[in-house]
Amino acid sequence: MATGTTLSAAISLGAPLGRLAILSAILIVLPLSFPNPFFFDVAVKVGLSAIVCVGLNLLSGYAGQISLGHAGFFALGAYGTALLSIKLGVHGLIAAPVIATVVGLLAHVIARPILKLKGHYLAMATLGLGIIISIVLNREIWLTGGPDGLSVPAMRLGEFKLRAIEFWYWIVAAFLIVAVWLAENLVNSPAGRSLRALHSSEIAAATAGVDVPRAKALVFAFSAVLASIAGAFFVFAERFITPADAGFLRSVEFLTMIVFGGLGSTYGALVGAAILTALPQLVAAFAEYKHVAIGIVLIATMIFMPRGIVPTLADLFGRRVGR
Amino acid sequence: MTSSIVRLRLEPMIAPQPSHRLLEIRNLSRAFGGVKAVNDVSFVVTAGRIHALIGPNGAGKTTLFNLVAGVVRPSAGQVLLDERDVTDLPTAERAQAGLQRTFQNLQTFSELTALESVMVGAHLRSEPSFLKALFNTPAIRQANAEARDRAEMLLQRVGLDTFRDSRSDAMPYGALKRLDIARALAAEPKLLLMDEPAAGLNPAETATMRDLIADIALQGVTVLLVEHDMKLVMSIAETIVVLDQGQKLAEGTPDEIRRSPEVIRAYLGGGIRRRRS
Repeated sequence: MATGTTLSAAISLGAPLGRLAILSAILIVLPLSFPNPFFFDVAVKVGLSAIVCVGLNLLSGYAGQISLGHAGFFALGAYGTALLSIKLGVHGLIAAPVIATVVGLLAHVIARPILKLKGHYLAMATLGLGIIISIVLNREIWLTGGPDGLSVPAMRLGEFKLRAIEFWYWIVAAFLIVAVWLAENLVNSPAGRSLRALHSSEIAAATAGVDVPRAKALVFAFSAVLASIAGAFFVFAERFITPADAGFLRSVEFLTMIVFGGLGSTYGALVGAAILTALPQLVAAFAEYKHVAIGIVLIATMIFMPRGIVPTLADLFGRRVGR
Repeated sequence: MTSSIVRLRLEPMIAPQPSHRLLEIRNLSRAFGGVKAVNDVSFVVTAGRIHALIGPNGAGKTTLFNLVAGVVRPSAGQVLLDERDVTDLPTAERAQAGLQRTFQNLQTFSELTALESVMVGAHLRSEPSFLKALFNTPAIRQANAEARDRAEMLLQRVGLDTFRDSRSDAMPYGALKRLDIARALAAEPKLLLMDEPAAGLNPAETATMRDLIADIALQGVTVLLVEHDMKLVMSIAETIVVLDQGQKLAEGTPDEIRRSPEVIRAYLGGGIRRRRS
């Protein structure tokens, strides 16, 4: 209890930079406890889920727009970067930002018609989007390798082959800190406040002068860019991807992570991503019934702590995190 | 001689001249199916006054209000704000043009604290850039600081400084109504449309609301209110437009409206005088 209070007090130091420093410290110290590379691999997967969730939380948690298609953007980033370097010989360091830009523009274009929809209809439209991407990846075998997946050679930097998972841990950790910093900046800016405003009342937000369609399209595009970059890092680090990583169930997992962690709390998204990504990797029993477990977690969260784990715990300690 | 110099220097400082046509409604009509909710209504709202729009239930007040606010598009006619045609402008652009409204059925930002809600209003004039926001540039920090100062000042003005960090679900109804007004004022409107500001308030709260509206007008914001509370309307409105069955029935000062035979017949009901009116 005592440590919990100190931790909570430390987390809610107020200045976003204070919390960012704590996150950085955790990410630096954590590898000291890793007995073997497998744990680095799990940590990389956690970090990549966390990057997707930070973006998805801006869209769903803060702006209140549900997406069931974000695994699609993750896969576009992964396959796009992989194919650009395999087929056209573009270096990964160039391919990843190029693809992320393309995915961002694509998301921005489709955002306007999609985000006119609300509630279930929006969820259905994004679900359809994710399924279309998944079908293309499964069917266009000549390009994507189909359901068997796509192997990617290790990235080269001069004479070095960057295949050590430890190396990618540090890259992913660094980018995660950047993503959290960007997200927290946005949340505490005029644009971010507009997003949180339109969450509860689009008409009142428009009255206050918020260009609602523009705001929604931008946050949708930004969350897609983060998912795409996470996908690119995934191919660099794991060197293998299958269409399953683009599937509907992956999208549901991402959404469950942010709901479990706490909608509208960036650090909640991190906690949700960490717990729900690491558990199936570390506990065999959980892995076997992963989707059942994800469903149970989602239901239990809705019933017992609808605001998610981080805001609920923070309130328990009398402090507020994530604002 | 001296007085004319003083007058010359003062004149541009009286920003909205009394005769300035701030809002002009020209032959506005809106039909829902076969029902003509608003039928060929025209009137002018001059700058720097308190105007009221009244009428019995179903007279078309809400529809007219929504037409001006941009929530509903007219079937015919024009809305001019500051001599500019805003008939087809979306709500957000009307805000840029200097129009704000309050809501009868409260539309609060339940994700935000009272302070943040008012800051959203103040952001109308701040840096909207998404990209700059991501990198927390000096322009963003300055916009945040300015909006915060302004919001704090306005919360104090409407008497809500004690609710500064409360979420709207933890605030009483009367406070939310004043929060809505602070949010609207933060955008520095030329014209403030108020949808039944006294609805649901007790007599003491209504008196406070009356003083607040009078104060807003004194600060140079033109007010157009739709209101059922006749006592409130008659005591603060300088001009009143009466609607009945979608059409303009009368227009004039409270005294003229009170004495108008058509208004008494259609609105107050067959010559029976209400004690309070």
